[in-house]
Amino acid sequence: MGIAVKFFASMRDLMGDDRELDAQMVQQHNIKTVDDIWNYCAEGKERPANVLVAVNMDYVGGSTTVKDGDEVAFFPPVTGG
Amino acid sequence: MSVVILSEAFNPWLLLEEYQQKMSELDGKYGATAVFVGTMRDFNEGDNVSQMFLEHYPGMTEKHLEKICTQATADYGLLESLVVHRVGEINPNDPIVLVAVWTAHRKQAFEACREIMEDLKSRAPFWKKEQLNTGKNRWVEKNTKGY
Repeated sequence: MGIAVKFFASMRDLMGDDRELDAQMVQQHNIKTVDDIWNYCAEGKERPANVLVAVNMDYVGGSTTVKDGDEVAFFPPVTGG
Repeated sequence: MSVVILSEAFNPWLLLEEYQQKMSELDGKYGATAVFVGTMRDFNEGDNVSQMFLEHYPGMTEKHLEKICTQATADYGLLESLVVHRVGEINPNDPIVLVAVWTAHRKQAFEACREIMEDLKSRAPFWKKEQLNTGKNRWVEKNTKGY
């Protein structure tokens, strides 16, 4: 199943299109947390200090562990309303 | 409680009237209705803005707005609540957001409407990209504080 990774707004401009990390890839790169996902996808790009993270559509911190089937999203501060 | 994301322009006053007409079971129960309508300006941070694109996170946006309304219902005893938010291309003077709450007394209505709006502005996953009159595009980096 793997882990779906989404980027919104200016994070998409920085990181590119959404990604699907398959289970083999997750195991091979020892991806266990949200921070690990960022580091894998960023390929050396610096992480903006104000980036927000959601797992399965709930806000979480960077050290949150991820599991097969999760949806992880990175996005900048929100500006609706 | 109702949360609606719209990709087309809407008239908040007509929508409000239609919604309230469907609340006939609450006739005589509410003594206060508080309403906030946010509208697109044609200026921001010293620049003229000709259009805006509003992006959201389908699924999480609705989930978060429902969470805000559920919390406000518990905190303020809301009898009914309605949140409507635009996405997509928006022009100056278009309504962006409608928040309406119905309560027994005005204190709870004013406070709940304000709280829902402030939480929406600071936590609900929407992002604005402005097109300036100069032709340049830019993401809005943060909302101004409401308090």
